[in-house]
Amino acid sequence: MSLVEARSLTKKFGDLTAVDAIDFDVAPGESFGFLGPNGAGKTSAMRMIGAVSPITDGSLRVLGMNPAVDGPEIRMRLGVVPQDDTLDTELSVAENLLIYGRYFDLPRPVIRERITELLDFAQLSERRDDKVEPLSGGMKRRLTIARALINQPELLILDEPTTGLDPQARHVLWDRLYRLKQQGVTLIITTHYMDEAEQLCDRLVIMDKGKIVAEGSPRRLIEEHSTREVLEMRFPVGVQEAILDRLDGLAKRTEVLPDRVLLYTDNGDEAAAEATARGLRPESVVVRRSTLEDVFLRLTGRTLVD
Amino acid sequence: MAIPAVARVVEAHALVYRRTWRGSVISTFFSPVLYLLAMGIGLGSLVDDGAGVANLGGLSYLAFLAPGLLVATAMQTGAGDGSWPVMAGIKWTKTYHATLATPVGVRDLVIGHLGWVAVRLTFVSVVFVAIMAAFGAVESWAGAWAVVPALLTGLAFSAATTAYAAYLDNDTGLSTLFRFGIVPMFLFSGTFFPISQLPDWLEPLANVVPLWHGVELARSLALGISTTWPPYVHVGYLLAWIVGGTLVAFHTFNRKLRQ
Repeated sequence: MSLVEARSLTKKFGDLTAVDAIDFDVAPGESFGFLGPNGAGKTSAMRMIGAVSPITDGSLRVLGMNPAVDGPEIRMRLGVVPQDDTLDTELSVAENLLIYGRYFDLPRPVIRERITELLDFAQLSERRDDKVEPLSGGMKRRLTIARALINQPELLILDEPTTGLDPQARHVLWDRLYRLKQQGVTLIITTHYMDEAEQLCDRLVIMDKGKIVAEGSPRRLIEEHSTREVLEMRFPVGVQEAILDRLDGLAKRTEVLPDRVLLYTDNGDEAAAEATARGLRPESVVVRRSTLEDVFLRLTGRTLVD
Repeated sequence: MAIPAVARVVEAHALVYRRTWRGSVISTFFSPVLYLLAMGIGLGSLVDDGAGVANLGGLSYLAFLAPGLLVATAMQTGAGDGSWPVMAGIKWTKTYHATLATPVGVRDLVIGHLGWVAVRLTFVSVVFVAIMAAFGAVESWAGAWAVVPALLTGLAFSAATTAYAAYLDNDTGLSTLFRFGIVPMFLFSGTFFPISQLPDWLEPLANVVPLWHGVELARSLALGISTTWPPYVHVGYLLAWIVGGTLVAFHTFNRKLRQ
């Protein structure tokens, strides 16, 4: 049985169609991602799954129930990590968890036990009685995740979990989420970072303008929609336009971005050598593996982060 | 045993208050003392020496003022608790969004919030009546019933401002509400002088303000005198504001938090 099952799921705000008839399933224990740029409809999809935003059209089942009818029952078994931390900054770390636990009607002794466990998990035990206000962005994020786990949810949904965090804080957070995944918690994650999607998601859908444009595991998506390697060349300002016709036949596919040229090929070094042989003198040359970013570019003609 | 979601929202407010009670408790005690001293006794001695006693139907100014001030204080408490904290929950700290991700629903959230305001109003009003008694401004123990119209008036304003704060997109509307709504009502709704002293064309306007109805009831209960209109009209009018404000708040909360 799927934990989440969406068919022609649609969300409209007046004339704007934020989510446009999408289909997807999330299986128990998997970690499922929505990858797409800002405004792709990821947050709207998450809010419908979280049973806080009514669907406009189509059908949606969450944990086998209908969000329009069984909202409180569904939310009882969900953990939600919203894009903004939504913590009570006047309260202490532990008090934030206590209040949240009470919303789930958990008895205080149970909450007290879980606070100790969760703060340990979130690496915040030493800040237990400190106010939330002065905590760093990464700490607040981890506290928000700990709070979302207070009811031991079967399904944890995270909206842009690492947006705005520095690289180190992101890695700490990824590590924590990976542990949850290993404990068997089903995760649904939205992100506009392709590295995050590759790190965390077993399976993902790529969204653009409210629609799903591709679906699969990160690896399969890359295999299907991109080449093994990518040759990136950067030319001095004004030169790029002049040399474009000399790239013909160098690679399976060429993408021209405002600041660089991407050549899709199974052997990047070979293509780079060939470019040099043709007399091209780029300012910088990078050969790398294909990523989900390339898949997105291929499918939508645009980059993920503008 | 499962506790209704509304009660859990009230409990959460109480937990937050445990952290922030000091400032509000101090002003709960001090502001009635200051007002009753300055206006009731200071200004009152002038009024009582002049033609005031006749215009107030034989009452001392302190006795006339105190029940009005009680209800006006409840109005300000209720309106205040229904304004910035609501905007913070929706827009600034966004804690309402977090609450609604749990089994708690919009109606639980609104009613729980007003339930907590009722707890605060009861406390503020009981303290106020005790201070009134200390000033000799209450006729008998029965005067303590003046707490009830204070509570109703505070809730009427709190429900309405809660609905309004959830409707607004930013807090400039709240400053405007207080500057051009709450303050004039505080001054001209029978708190400091009978509304019969107002120009004739303004008097009907005072009849519309919930504060006037609360003041009428409180004064009647504190001093054992009769109300201008039948008491059930005053009570019904206040209840209508509470129920109406709550229903509108359901709507504005849904629009802001459940789209």
